[in-house]
Amino acid sequence: MTSRRFQWIAFAALLAAPPLFFEGGFALTLASQAGIAIILALSYNMLLGQTGLLSFGHAVYAGLGAYAAIHAMKLIGAGSLPFPVALLPLIGAVAGGTVAVLLGYVSSRRGGLTFAMISLGIGEMVHAAAALFPALFGGESGITADRAGMRVTTSVADTVAIAAQLGLDFSSAHAVCWLIAAWTLASALAMYGFTRTPLGRLANAVRDNPERAAQIGVDPRRVRWLVMIAAGAFAGIAGSLSAILFEIVSAENLGTPASVAMLIAAFIGGTGAFFGPVAGALVYTLMSSAVAAVTPAWPMYLGALFILIVLKAPGGLASILVDARQSGIYGRFGSAVMGLSVVSALAVLAGFVGLVESAYALAGSPGTAAGWLATLPGGRATGVVLSAALLMAGREIRHRLAARRPMPPNAAALPEHAA
Amino acid sequence: MEFLLVSLLNGLSYSLLLFLLSAGLTVVFSLMGVLNFAHASFYMLGAYLGFQISLWAGFWSALVLAPLAVGALGMLVERHLLRAVHRRGQTAELLLTFGLAYLIAEAVQLLWGRSALPFHPPAALEGPLFSLYGSAFPAWRAFMMALALAMLVAIALTLRYTRVGLIVQAAFTHPHMVEALGHDVPRIFMWTFGAGAALAGLAGVIGGSAFVTEPGMAAAIGPIVFVIVVIGGLGSLPGAFIASIAVGFIQTFAVGFDFAVAGVSVAQAAPVLPFLAMVLVLLFRPSGLLGNRAD
Repeated sequence: MTSRRFQWIAFAALLAAPPLFFEGGFALTLASQAGIAIILALSYNMLLGQTGLLSFGHAVYAGLGAYAAIHAMKLIGAGSLPFPVALLPLIGAVAGGTVAVLLGYVSSRRGGLTFAMISLGIGEMVHAAAALFPALFGGESGITADRAGMRVTTSVADTVAIAAQLGLDFSSAHAVCWLIAAWTLASALAMYGFTRTPLGRLANAVRDNPERAAQIGVDPRRVRWLVMIAAGAFAGIAGSLSAILFEIVSAENLGTPASVAMLIAAFIGGTGAFFGPVAGALVYTLMSSAVAAVTPAWPMYLGALFILIVLKAPGGLASILVDARQSGIYGRFGSAVMGLSVVSALAVLAGFVGLVESAYALAGSPGTAAGWLATLPGGRATGVVLSAALLMAGREIRHRLAARRPMPPNAAALPEHAA
Repeated sequence: MEFLLVSLLNGLSYSLLLFLLSAGLTVVFSLMGVLNFAHASFYMLGAYLGFQISLWAGFWSALVLAPLAVGALGMLVERHLLRAVHRRGQTAELLLTFGLAYLIAEAVQLLWGRSALPFHPPAALEGPLFSLYGSAFPAWRAFMMALALAMLVAIALTLRYTRVGLIVQAAFTHPHMVEALGHDVPRIFMWTFGAGAALAGLAGVIGGSAFVTEPGMAAAIGPIVFVIVVIGGLGSLPGAFIASIAVGFIQTFAVGFDFAVAGVSVAQAAPVLPFLAMVLVLLFRPSGLLGNRAD
């Protein structure tokens, strides 16, 4: 219990640190994006990790929540809707949840592969349909709103919005970062609470064995549907926050690539542990911003990381930490085997990065690392040979180490235990 | 009238291409239990490799070699990636092939750039086969239909009437028995997956040259193929056939209509229609048209 409490305190500190220590700039934008990504990944994991539903269309709920929020923002800006900006995510939550009531009805009948395919189809449908109604969805350019100077003026809303009474002005990135941090913490707490409700437990039962759940009188379809509604509402919260942060919502927010980003973040982090998706969301945000700033190859690394996790650690980054603790690797930290293992892993990584960077440089889009490789004596060719040698040597060492070591305890299984 | 006839033929040739894709997906699913998310990516690779090979060795070599290359890649994928997660079940396999699709999309952009490639059918088949009331029907479309039909008949006959087909089917339903009879079951799976990939590659050479070869082609056709499989019923080949025809015709015909429903013209709504059809089918027949009721 204390360990759980410590995790939450650390999480809250992590959320509060950026707005405490930074006044503006890149760090705050990054922190705001990370907060939104955390809510999205956690909401996604209500489906994948807790209910065993692999979705390729979760962006629909986030995106429609974002659209609801941006339309509300426009009305607030025009003075025709007395509503506190700080509570806009509630509108998004209602929108996301309502849409999930409709779409969940169609898609919740089956789990497994059928659900995955249907979610993809529904995601594509909503994305394509958005182009048909330019007044609502803004066509190619999307819908924009201005959050600058948005305060609540009516007395009714003032009593609701403490933030507005304090005179929080959302024109500054700083205030928005605080707002997002607060909503992220609140949403994460609520989603954690959800896992402990009877519905959350039933979701686990439906994930593990829908037939057995049905036998004891639980309708798997109803459970899937209710979880989809809850997850849709949380996705709507994240969507509204992105509407407040970016002041623009377009059909891109609804599309499959946006859904895929949530899947990748949640899965890389680990679907078996509550905080796993948080780690995944942080990794994803760093990859798509910081790593993307130095190399155009970042999607390649993200995809490779995803496949590596599927193959070697299906419980995600979270399970790697747990496994390491259980297998006593921490105790052997500093031993020769441990050192070799780390060094060889780094060699494989460096070799892989070197080869990928060289390939991108050859194709005419060099990143920063390719610039360094070109400065080697012999230029690019040396870089390729060196990288390949590092990769092969690292692999060889890892193979020999693996042959000597007893099998590690089995990594946490995938959400689907039925197979 | 001429619009109707030419649209009918165009719709049919597009439908057959869709069926070639959904048949490959369905066959691999019903023989291996693997839902291959990267199927459309193999289609895209077929188109790109076909373009590359046609530059070096001409179109007809590309038509043969590109599917073989994609098939070989499929075998490598099965041998070195898919086999490792097979034990962990269908979701793990779907996630792996999804990751693969993500990487292939990125690799294609890296190797061939982001814009569409000038990949066209061979000159001999570019002309019209015949004209109907002034509307020409391209010979290439006819060839495309013939090739797709021939491939599909060949698969059906192989699976049904040959010894190889028998063993492949038994390998999924009775793996231990087939192994006891001296067959290498994992190798059979490798060849099956490779054959599915090669089929997608062939569809890619045909589809890429007939329509467009660009990095977004997998993301565009992948969901359509999935929708077809859902409408037809997961694992049902006849279902996939009916759904392919239906979706192909819906897409072809909707573009030509110019009346409007509730302020939205049918032509504009064309991209939405296949997905809408899926939702409607699911509302009334949750397991698809010809799917069985078990999950």
